[in-house]
Amino acid sequence: MEKLLIKGAHVLDPSRGIDAVMDLLIENGHIAALGPPGSLVAEETLDAHGKRVVPGFVDMHTHLREPGYEYKETIRTGTAAAAAGGFTSVACMANTQPVNDNRTVTEYILEKARLEGSANVYPIGAVSKGLRGEELAEIGEMAEAGIVAISDDGQPVRDSHLMRRALEYASMFGLPVISHCEDKSLCPGGVMNESFVSTELGLNPMPNACEEVMVARDILLAELTRSRLHVAHVSTAGSIHLVRDAKRRGVPVTCEVTPHHLFLTDEAVRSFDTATKVNPPLRTAADGAALREGLRDGTIDAIATDHAPHEQSSKELDFSMAPFGLIGLETAFPLCFRLVKEGVLTLPQLIAKMTIEPARILSIPKGSFAIGSDADLTILDLEKSYAIDVGKFRSRSRNCPFGGWEVQGKVVCTLLAGRIVYEAENAREHSVQAARSHNG
Amino acid sequence: METNAHFARKDILGLEDLSAEEILTVLDVARSFREVSEREVKKVPTLRGQTVINLFYEPSTRTRTSFELAAKRLSADVVNFTVSESSAVKGETLIDTARNIESMHSDIIVVRHPVSGAPQLLARAVKSSVINAGDGAHEHPSQGLLDLFTIKEHKGKFEGIKVLIVGDISHSRVARSDIYGMTKLGIEVTVCGPPTFIPVEIGKMGVRVTCDFDEALAETDVIMMLRIQKERQHGGLYPSVKEYARFFGLNRDRLSRAKSDVLIMHPGPVNRGVEISPEIADCTQSLILEQVSNGVAVRMALLYLLSRGAYGKAAH
Repeated sequence: MEKLLIKGAHVLDPSRGIDAVMDLLIENGHIAALGPPGSLVAEETLDAHGKRVVPGFVDMHTHLREPGYEYKETIRTGTAAAAAGGFTSVACMANTQPVNDNRTVTEYILEKARLEGSANVYPIGAVSKGLRGEELAEIGEMAEAGIVAISDDGQPVRDSHLMRRALEYASMFGLPVISHCEDKSLCPGGVMNESFVSTELGLNPMPNACEEVMVARDILLAELTRSRLHVAHVSTAGSIHLVRDAKRRGVPVTCEVTPHHLFLTDEAVRSFDTATKVNPPLRTAADGAALREGLRDGTIDAIATDHAPHEQSSKELDFSMAPFGLIGLETAFPLCFRLVKEGVLTLPQLIAKMTIEPARILSIPKGSFAIGSDADLTILDLEKSYAIDVGKFRSRSRNCPFGGWEVQGKVVCTLLAGRIVYEAENAREHSVQAARSHNG
Repeated sequence: METNAHFARKDILGLEDLSAEEILTVLDVARSFREVSEREVKKVPTLRGQTVINLFYEPSTRTRTSFELAAKRLSADVVNFTVSESSAVKGETLIDTARNIESMHSDIIVVRHPVSGAPQLLARAVKSSVINAGDGAHEHPSQGLLDLFTIKEHKGKFEGIKVLIVGDISHSRVARSDIYGMTKLGIEVTVCGPPTFIPVEIGKMGVRVTCDFDEALAETDVIMMLRIQKERQHGGLYPSVKEYARFFGLNRDRLSRAKSDVLIMHPGPVNRGVEISPEIADCTQSLILEQVSNGVAVRMALLYLLSRGAYGKAAH
């Protein structure tokens, strides 16, 4: 039996209400026991005094780009970035080349992840063949192969009838439909939020309504079909109102928010830095306040990154031609830890929204230290302050607008099924706690 | 030579960035250069040995020609580099193009680009000075400056002058540069057009907004008519040229209700019979051709000030 004891850490597992200094025993890659300090023994130990140990984060919205766009990211580099950000499970979107709209592609992704991954990979299948919004993809076959949700993500289903059928059909397999809500006809050529900033910069605007129109439609369709809808990356105050009202009515809807919509506003676009070009666009401070209120009152279930890697040359184009998207796996936790300091969420609430909540939405056995579950865990140093250094990212891409930001709260070590998949450089120097020692 | 301590800039990207003092400096220098264009030998040696590149990603006749003449009258070497959008689509990024051009030892790059922010991107990537000759619907600083120059020549002052800008404000870089420049100098600006042409929250730029041309006309000292792009019709922004002209076209009947000394300006090219009726475009109050002449002087001033700025930095 291979045993590893994580000693002396403050263990935080919101799924089980654990929030105390404990020892955690891993046996053969599984959580074997949790007990008071000193109550458990193992030959190999990992001293985590002064650190928080939490279930590995779950990102329900990632773009790994493989197959097809390996110059942006691969399953190897994307999951390495995930591990560096404390994520042990990621759900990857279907907009690869070929599109993940059939079981062969699903199986390819899963096999690549098994061979090269530093995190668990859960593929999300396409709603429609080729993301064309015309006919349903082979959702059932993909479900058998292992998809955890369906989504056409950046090519939102325009046809309301097809969306209705997708919701109904996916419910047969217990899969949620993840909707990137955007009525593209409302923002032709749009590249940024519609606001005073777009007026000054003269960039084509995307009003809040182009998101909210589709949030409203999809909520009505979820209500009609009694099927599960998950709204991706809500970014506007209006979307929060719509989801909050729907939840009160008992509509089976959940939603997520990204760190960049919480910590940046459209003012950032004034730099014309293409790393700030993202869809949905960065909104206003008022929207940011509404998102915080949504986190506080539980309207927002999960935090997801929408990690969207793009090669440098594509981001060196002018603002309209550069693609949408920014990377987020390696900055999500330290940014979101600000929510705790701001008093928006308690630490357990934050951790829940990055672990058990997304795991529940996707119905995956993750985000918890349940006895017998895979020992996926993340060790955090909440005291550690540092500047974000884009140059050190594991991701293949660098399209991140947070370079140079001073943050607090560092991922020092990530374990996947009991195996260390990430260890921060200097982890041993600046603190004794993450050092490994052999007793005996 | 007068000093230009308050013009130590590498680039001129927009009037949002320039202070009132800097704007007045440009106008003063432009005034001294206007005389050069009126000489028999229209040339001074000020920029001899310097290379100016006109990098145009959009078709433009008058702005490019104006910059070209301005550079030539200052004895600079000028190269026109026109990039069709199709070749840009083929993959060479703006930054690549700029670095290539700079390898030929340019001193000043004058750039026109269909997308807001492209000159900013360029300015960060190259050591040459960059002049924005119009970016998307963002800014067109040399046009804004020549409009100010023209107003000053006729009104003798800026403070308290009332300017009415009429047309597609949303898609107009001229409107934005005019607004930035004019409000900094104490001009009262009103923008006018159908709501589909008025971008959100534009009042925060310090302007009054109205859809009633006739009402706004009565008070105004200068009417700035913007060019209406016929393609916008397809975007549902206005129903027809005929209907637009009825509500927002400047014609003799409307003009009769304005102040008798009202000035008429237009950044060109004029759509006769659309935003402005033919007899108005040519009337004595129209400054449209004068704007074009003043444009050369203003652009000479910009080229001169940037080259002196570079000089100052090198001497440091």
